[in-house]
Amino acid sequence: MGRDGTPDKRKRLALIASRGTLDWAYPPYLLASTAAALGMEVGVFFTFYGLPLLLRELDPKLSAHGNPALPLKVPFGPEALRDVAWPVPNVISANLPGFDSMATSMMKKTFEQQGVATIHELRQACIDSGVRLIACQMTMGLFGFDPADFIDEAEPGGAATFLEFAADADISLFV
Amino acid sequence: MISGVTELRVAAEIDCRGLLCPLPILRTRKALEGLSSGELLRMIATDPGSVPDMAAFSRMTGHTVEQRDEQDGEFIFLVRKA
Repeated sequence: MGRDGTPDKRKRLALIASRGTLDWAYPPYLLASTAAALGMEVGVFFTFYGLPLLLRELDPKLSAHGNPALPLKVPFGPEALRDVAWPVPNVISANLPGFDSMATSMMKKTFEQQGVATIHELRQACIDSGVRLIACQMTMGLFGFDPADFIDEAEPGGAATFLEFAADADISLFV
Repeated sequence: MISGVTELRVAAEIDCRGLLCPLPILRTRKALEGLSSGELLRMIATDPGSVPDMAAFSRMTGHTVEQRDEQDGEFIFLVRKA
């Protein structure tokens, strides 16, 4: 609070979301929703592979091959086996058809069992708290997305739109 | 109830047991929106991370954690809306 009792200028968080896999969908939506809950002003620029996180049909997948250190836990079966983080050799994650969808559903199940928020829940929290969700116009054209495929809250914009917001940010992160 | 302490009137109560970061914070924020200034919210969580996070939430937002208890792995927070 200022000395005259008026609130200080709100802290501002500017994020760039550049990756669209399930694991990388978490940092921007989790930080943005929490920052908004803390009273911060938040803007996220969704660009390149991060852009699909603004699609109406939100369904990010895990890429096991892209994350060689990924610990995969089996979300069912005896307790002793569940606790083991199974190492996945790249030769399997890269070549076994359907491996990524299996890894995705295992990860989602583990998240659910552990009480981790779903990506949908965090995105909705961002929408409800007025987080600016800037959809990279250039990426839309580049990958041939239809603007109608994005949620209504997605605000089309470019680098300048984001940078104008980020110029006054207290925290800026590229995730 | 803690003896010797006047029973505080709680306006709302939320259960965040079994939920991990950042859900207890997000639910607390949402629940406080429905309260008037000065009213109390009771939040129960099991995530140990909610202890430092609720302290940070309080410092950032001005909503004060009036009481914090721990019983059998459950953390009980009494938050007064700013």
